Amino acid sequence: MEAYLRRTAMWYGGVGLLTMQVVRSLALPPKYFRLIVQEIEIQGVRSLGVALTAAIFTGMVFALQSAVNMARFGAESYVGPIAALAILRELGPVLTAILVGGKVASGITAELGSMRVTEQIDALRTLGVNYIKRLIVPRVLAALVVFPLLTILADVLGVLGGMVIMYLERGADMYTYWNVTTYWVTPRDFLTGIAKTVFFGGLITLIGCYNGLSTEGGTEGLGRATTATVVHVTMGVIVSDFFLTKILLMLFW
Amino acid sequence: MADHLVEAQDLRKRFGTSDVLRGVSFTLDKGETLVIMGGSGSGKTVLLRTIAGLIRPGDGDLRVFGIDITPLSEEDLLPIRRRLGYVFQGAALFDSLSVYENVAFPLREHTSLSEADIRQRVMHVLSLVGLGEEDVLPKLPSEVSGGMRKRVGIARALVIEPEMLLFDEPTAGLDPTNSKLVGELILRLKDGVCDTSIVVTHDVELARTVADRIAILMDGRFEAVGPVGEVMNSSDPAVQAFLAGEARVVTA
Repeated sequence: MEAYLRRTAMWYGGVGLLTMQVVRSLALPPKYFRLIVQEIEIQGVRSLGVALTAAIFTGMVFALQSAVNMARFGAESYVGPIAALAILRELGPVLTAILVGGKVASGITAELGSMRVTEQIDALRTLGVNYIKRLIVPRVLAALVVFPLLTILADVLGVLGGMVIMYLERGADMYTYWNVTTYWVTPRDFLTGIAKTVFFGGLITLIGCYNGLSTEGGTEGLGRATTATVVHVTMGVIVSDFFLTKILLMLFW
Repeated sequence: MADHLVEAQDLRKRFGTSDVLRGVSFTLDKGETLVIMGGSGSGKTVLLRTIAGLIRPGDGDLRVFGIDITPLSEEDLLPIRRRLGYVFQGAALFDSLSVYENVAFPLREHTSLSEADIRQRVMHVLSLVGLGEEDVLPKLPSEVSGGMRKRVGIARALVIEPEMLLFDEPTAGLDPTNSKLVGELILRLKDGVCDTSIVVTHDVELARTVADRIAILMDGRFEAVGPVGEVMNSSDPAVQAFLAGEARVVTA
């Protein structure tokens, strides 16, 4: 129990310290901007399929369930705004963060972890390279751009998916559906959701980087670290989402 | 005093409950090759990593190039590390970069040399380590032999023209022929490329080939330090037992 608590405290402390180091190293030499662009491609472009497929099916199933069940209260005409609010405020940001985050962060952990166990990180250090600037900062900065952008696309596809399925399955009039939706949904609903994804992007990449850098115990340790990252990212997003939502509701309601 | 490139005074380091270094003191002068020998787990590598500033000593003084490095932050250590070349036991090449790009990496990071100048310097150090052929350049580290990887690692350390080289087990995992080649290479580098080095090894043959002085690390301290002949013929029973044991392993 004591060892577990110590490990947990070490982990939170380690992620916190890494965050501070990243913030202090934010000023990057110009040549590293190439690395940010490269990371945006790795994290973002290669996650489009996962993020968008999940978004469109979530939008469709949410609208379908809402329609069938809200019809029981005679409220089927409100499916549009309900689905849009759920997608913009929660489902788009959180599902994207969990799915893409798990994929991106475990990839980062595996890459940095194998660099660590084969002494490539130490090699960078002996060559006089600041490995935080070279390896960590570009990944974190890329995520701050990638997650909001992916979420915007997921939001759009989710809402459209809901609308199309309402038309096909429930015979809803798309024009009315769109009007009711836009009547109730405000830019604030969309923007608070996007604001959360900036935080998620930072959290996800910092967890992935920290678990990679602190990998110990060779190949087996690498496997453990990668698995741990998926769990940490998922839990981190779900738990921090509640507190972020609470704060955003207090500030912007 | 001013000529010591490395000056260690009573260095100590402990990991958890085990004392790895228990008071190591030595100096290294310009133009000298110091071989640090010791069995597995004796702390040789820890000592070498401490000198490079990769590990912070627990206690004691450590001056590298006359600068006290013990209180320095990672950021402040970087310019000092650029003045030394570290050769890792497993070469630690960047596995996603080709042989050529590995050696060019420090130049791309720290200089704004033109592509032609980079190529010229990379080819120069690769030919120093006997890898001047064109066909090896585009290969990935996983596609070349262990001996070649080691030599690429040495070339990468040499390309920034270090004032001192640190070798961690340069012959570990190599067959006798390749071990001999690496030993001769280290000896050759003393001639005009980089005259000062610290070599950590348990290979007695290598120590005989390259050392000016030998230090034997036992129980976290230097059991014997001195010129090759003196240490090899030491009357200290612990040193003799160590050398005999290691020599047996090597000839077996």
